[in-house]
Amino acid sequence: MLDKPKTATADIVKRCEELFTDLNFNAAREWKAEKPGRIVVGFMPYYAPRELVHAAGGLPLGVFGGGDQLEVIHGDAYYQSYICRIPRSTIELGVSGRLDFVDGMMFPSICDVIRNLSGMWKLMFPEKGARYIDLPHNFEDDLGGEFYVSELKETCRWLEAMTGRPITDDALRASIAVFNENRRLIREMYELRADQPWNAPSSELYLLLRAGMVIPVEQHNELLRGYLDAVREQSRPMKDNSRVVVCGAFCEQPPLNLIKSIELSGCYIVDDDFILVTRWENSDVALEGDPLKNLAVAYLHDSKSTPPKYEPDESKKGLYLVDSVRKNRAEGVIFAFASFCDPGLLERPILQDVLKKHNIPQIAFKYAENSGQMQPIREQAGTFADSIKLWSGA
Amino acid sequence: MTVIQRPKARPADAIKDASMAKQKAMMAAHYDRLAAVPETGEKVAATFVPGNLNELIMCFDLVNNLPEVNAIQNGLRRQSGAYVMEAEKQGHSEDVCTYVKSDIGMMAKGNIGPNGKRLPNPDVLLLSYTGCFTFMKWFELLRREYGCETIMFQTPYMADGKITPDMITYMVKQLKQDVIPKLEKVSGVRFDIDRLREYLRKSAKAEDDLVKTLQYAKTKPSPIDAYFGGIYYIGPIFGAFRGTDDAIDYYRFLREEVEQRIKEGKGPVTPDGDMGKERYRLVVEGPPNYTNFRQFWKMFYDEGAVVVASSYTKVGGTYDFGFRHNPDKPLESLAEYCLNVYTNRNLPMRVDMLTNYVEEYEADGLLINSIKSCNSFSAGQLLIMREVEKRTGKPAAFIETDLVDPRYFSAANVKNRLESYFQMIEQKRGGLRGAA
Ligand code: SF4
Ligand code: SF4
Repeated sequence: MLDKPKTATADIVKRCEELFTDLNFNAAREWKAEKPGRIVVGFMPYYAPRELVHAAGGLPLGVFGGGDQLEVIHGDAYYQSYICRIPRSTIELGVSGRLDFVDGMMFPSICDVIRNLSGMWKLMFPEKGARYIDLPHNFEDDLGGEFYVSELKETCRWLEAMTGRPITDDALRASIAVFNENRRLIREMYELRADQPWNAPSSELYLLLRAGMVIPVEQHNELLRGYLDAVREQSRPMKDNSRVVVCGAFCEQPPLNLIKSIELSGCYIVDDDFILVTRWENSDVALEGDPLKNLAVAYLHDSKSTPPKYEPDESKKGLYLVDSVRKNRAEGVIFAFASFCDPGLLERPILQDVLKKHNIPQIAFKYAENSGQMQPIREQAGTFADSIKLWSGA
Repeated sequence: MTVIQRPKARPADAIKDASMAKQKAMMAAHYDRLAAVPETGEKVAATFVPGNLNELIMCFDLVNNLPEVNAIQNGLRRQSGAYVMEAEKQGHSEDVCTYVKSDIGMMAKGNIGPNGKRLPNPDVLLLSYTGCFTFMKWFELLRREYGCETIMFQTPYMADGKITPDMITYMVKQLKQDVIPKLEKVSGVRFDIDRLREYLRKSAKAEDDLVKTLQYAKTKPSPIDAYFGGIYYIGPIFGAFRGTDDAIDYYRFLREEVEQRIKEGKGPVTPDGDMGKERYRLVVEGPPNYTNFRQFWKMFYDEGAVVVASSYTKVGGTYDFGFRHNPDKPLESLAEYCLNVYTNRNLPMRVDMLTNYVEEYEADGLLINSIKSCNSFSAGQLLIMREVEKRTGKPAAFIETDLVDPRYFSAANVKNRLESYFQMIEQKRGGLRGAA
């Protein structure tokens, strides 16, 4: 169990950091061991219907790669050098036994690498279930929506086979409610950071989000409340930083040092696409009526735009980024994509073009989850922050 | 409509690669048709090879233009390198699919097709989203350039190795409610399901002959090369000819030609004439390299290595497990076709398929040509290699090139790897003989 959060942000952040660096997922292991019959279901970044796992009485566990601490010994033997890093560290986590307590894994349809990884999982860990979550790119209720409901139903059946218990509509509604609360708190945290980025630094916000990937949502909600209260009670010195939106880190995770480096270089991150699953839906998912349908409706009509998702309307393409810049009073955009990341790097020229048309300054670089050398990034971001100030002064 | 004459000579009397000449004539005629669009007023649908709904496109009198085939042509004519660099100069990442960059570079340089004439702008981008994520971004990029109607037609992934009724329902509904009405609007032609049925009937006929031709590679020696030669064979059916009389004629002609080669005990035709003695029989996974295509092929036939089966010849549709376009279930069969595209099959299915190929075609082993910029094929290939090796007991090998980026074709490396692979096969044979 977590300690009751104290008022100091440092204590909460420390707890989150411990969870973040624990690549054996001990918190989740302990949770599972507490009660017989509990299941833990892993999911990869981007989006997963965590409510379903929760409603099955399970813990959805975010498996977000190995970061810069995991030594990849086996994983490299499964991937050519020109494939991004997250699948190989995920394989490493599996092969090294760090996920041996996990009952199943969910793979969202984000790109061909994750798609193929779902099949590799089936071959390599046949005793653990692998569920590919095929997300709709058609946004009509009776087309993509209907299909997505069928995918969700299939996922429920998959989970039910694991627990031997049916997932009821009431359980689903209760789970949606608790995740609605989680998303509300996270939205609040984002608003607070956009208002006072010096008081709620992005490196802390990121750790808070990551903590939510490995502990029960109820505990995470407590943690978030504690953090929000603590931030409101404190005041840290405000710097003359430039305000930026970071875009591109929706799958392979940036090293924590990268986020810190951006901040140290003179930028306040006021919006980002870190751990999107925590605020995929822009507002509460409805509780009345058919819960799976409600999740599908939220997915289709009230969720974030992001590179891996199809945008049917060309006139809206990339505008989410412009909106984010406006809404959060940002002065520029930093594109940070994982090396070899198809969805991100194919999308980048489009987004750059949209920003150019709206006169929004931008820079771009690539990273890997284990990038160690931050100096070039710090310099690039620093020059960017300076030039923003120059432009705005001009 | 392009009319391809059947050569007057019987296959037996035909020049040795008559089918290849015929195929080339068909492709050239199609490029001429595309170039003539400003005069003929025909409308153009751009779409991808996997999930290519040619029969449906023809129902609306649209001409099919396939960006991957354009990229291949640019690769073969050694222009893709400059196009890829042009796209990178415009800000496209060095990490992404080179087909896309070749296409974008070609567009920037005036969209000149292989016949030296300008390719027309598409009137519609039919985004048949099957088996590859890149397709989606590729057409989002083109949509910005052309500003034309773009139709997303999503094919669910065969993640659990099966086609479910929900998948078919989703696809058929998309066709009925979205794809067909939009194609009607763009073309001004009303949809006629009987016309579709007729095209599908023709498709199935050509598909029968394609399957027979490819399966003749089970013969020893194999009369065909199912990778390098196979690429020519799939051109018409994976492109703009499926559903036409031309395709029926071509595949019948091809089958007869191959049957004749079997009668004569001949191996495949190569660019240097008939291949010598068949020494190695291989199964190949992955697309080829096009920038050094002949040089690459030569490394095989010089050693007497013939490819008896390949996954690449299934990228525009897998027919050898029984699927045929079915006029009695027109829309369902279009859906099933898209679902069955090779890269839309999950990894365990791909392993099963390649294992079967090694066994059924009595191959010496599996060779993987891993393409640097193609995650759809490449992610997971090292596991595929190990699994197939384990299951068949036959040695496997791995080479790395790129489709159309000449910077990633290192002839010396590829040759070295191939030579050691052939030695490995010899050793294995020696070992088996020794053990017997
Ligand atoms: S980082 Fe990009 S390419 Fe790699 S798995 Fe994630 S989305 Fe796919
Ligand atoms: S990524 Fe591969 S399958 Fe996709 S378009 Fe490129 S070459 Fe074709």
